[in-house]
Amino acid sequence: MDVFAAFVRKEFLHIFRDKRTMLILLVMPVVMIVIFGFALSNEINNINLAVVSSQRNETVRQLVERFDANHYFTIVGEYATAEPVEHLLRAGKADMAIVFGTDFDRQPSVQLIVDASNPNIASNEVFYTSSVIRKAMAETRPATQEEAVVTTHLRMLYNPQMRSSYNFVPGIMGLIFILISALMTSISIVREKEQGTMEVLLASPVRPIYIILSKMVPYLVISCFNLLTILLLAYLLLDVPVTGGIAGLCILSLVYIILSLALGLFISTVVNTQAVAMLGSVMTLMLPVMLLSGMIFPIESMPKVLQYISDVIPAKWYIMAARKMMIEGQTLAQVYVEASILTGMTVVLMALSLKNFKNRLG
Amino acid sequence: MDSVIKVEELTKRFGNFTAVDHISFSVQRGEIFGFLGANGAGKTTAMRMLCGLSRPTSGRGMVAGYDIETQYEDIKNNIGYMSQRFSLYEDLKVWENIRLFGGIYGVDEKEIKHRTDELLAELHFEKERNAYVKSLPLGWKQKLAFSVAIFHRPSIVFLDEPTGGVDPATRRQFWEMIYAAAEQGITIFVTTHYMDEAEYCNRVSIMVDGRIDALDTPRRLKSEFGATTMDEVFRALARHAGRKE
Repeated sequence: MDVFAAFVRKEFLHIFRDKRTMLILLVMPVVMIVIFGFALSNEINNINLAVVSSQRNETVRQLVERFDANHYFTIVGEYATAEPVEHLLRAGKADMAIVFGTDFDRQPSVQLIVDASNPNIASNEVFYTSSVIRKAMAETRPATQEEAVVTTHLRMLYNPQMRSSYNFVPGIMGLIFILISALMTSISIVREKEQGTMEVLLASPVRPIYIILSKMVPYLVISCFNLLTILLLAYLLLDVPVTGGIAGLCILSLVYIILSLALGLFISTVVNTQAVAMLGSVMTLMLPVMLLSGMIFPIESMPKVLQYISDVIPAKWYIMAARKMMIEGQTLAQVYVEASILTGMTVVLMALSLKNFKNRLG
Repeated sequence: MDSVIKVEELTKRFGNFTAVDHISFSVQRGEIFGFLGANGAGKTTAMRMLCGLSRPTSGRGMVAGYDIETQYEDIKNNIGYMSQRFSLYEDLKVWENIRLFGGIYGVDEKEIKHRTDELLAELHFEKERNAYVKSLPLGWKQKLAFSVAIFHRPSIVFLDEPTGGVDPATRRQFWEMIYAAAEQGITIFVTTHYMDEAEYCNRVSIMVDGRIDALDTPRRLKSEFGATTMDEVFRALARHAGRKE
């Protein structure tokens, strides 16, 4: 056991003395949370609105006032014709133009012209603006329009403001743990192979399992630290609720972290140089996690083939479960399907990589 | 005479390729045994089998009194190993490396402290105790690596091309350390590329195509081949090699 403690200490020293590693381990998660949480969002922050109305009557005026009072909108100008609006949209000074019909009182219709260069944001903006108009019209002209056939009332559950950070945080967690646990573990094992120290260790009486476990312990500890940092940041900075119970989420994350460690070990048994380990990890882990796990693109809208592929990506199950727990408020018991898939994957990967590691010695 | 290494008909095959082909030899206690051969002749494979890093396909071998087939864990406790590539941790300090490897071989804490002081004094490394290994010149690193390899007083130490890339003056000092270790009764099993180093060995074996083609003292080998240097002996044997480097 003394030897094991000495090895764990040595691994921590390797990490603490390498500035680049430290940077990746401690700064990257924070940066990613900030970037994804704030910058990379589909949510509506401020819509620069241009108003076009050929005639100003009471209803139009009230509606415009309403937009003016809403802090999601900034009115950049009011015009009699739509001509200058195109210029404004092109210059990026306006995000949307609202064109009122000529006879708005009798025939209330508006046209929304939107800068759809980012389609996700544009559709969110249209969605939100329409709801504001609908609400205003319902209030000012109560029950006069009997012929309005069906009125749809929308209630956005779990994420009423449609905040994208709710969606991103679980995704980032899925990505960060894979990166830290799998990538860094595989690189640190392969580095010893490359430098020749692994051979010296294998020629020594130290048990190979100690070498492997001692590689995993520091990254496990650091991942847990990162888990806490991310949850704190998400909770305090991005107001992501963790409604499904923090303990359950931590257990789920722990399983996923161990899975990532096993993945890292597996990679290290098949490659021999750090460069290949790095490339392999990025190609086989990072890209699929970003593209196929549902972190950014919804899995439901992928072609069937990609959906099947996404089934073998551990991050998909973790992100799915984490979303349910953080946003929908489900408990660990309710996400048992995802949790058991993750556990199963962990066991298989661990067994496979330990077997592989042993074979390498023979 | 008691032999610490005794190998009979040792063979290692990788698929169709026979890397080590029925070699037999023995090494006496305290002997400096040179293990020579061109690249690809099979010396590293043979050495890995002796160290318990690789299982033989057939044949028998005893190292430090233990069977290489079944008791390789015991062998590992009784040997030191210095690999071809520099094998200490560059980002650990000198004393941390010594302590780590001392601990791996089960030397107790107090003894590690005592021997560390002794070792650093012998190498005149007292000032470098807290230096990172990566800051040392290559020759110093190799000397340190050798000292670490024999730190736990093994009965045999395996050195795989220990002086590669080291300047002649340091090589000389390195061999003085090897002699000092041999005098303490540590058997030295060394592979090398340098034929002048072969002359320092008590006995030398030369591997060609997985077989040992010659094994004797440098002096007798030279007279047998009518050569004045080991280099000529080596060339005479290597000429018949079928394997390309």
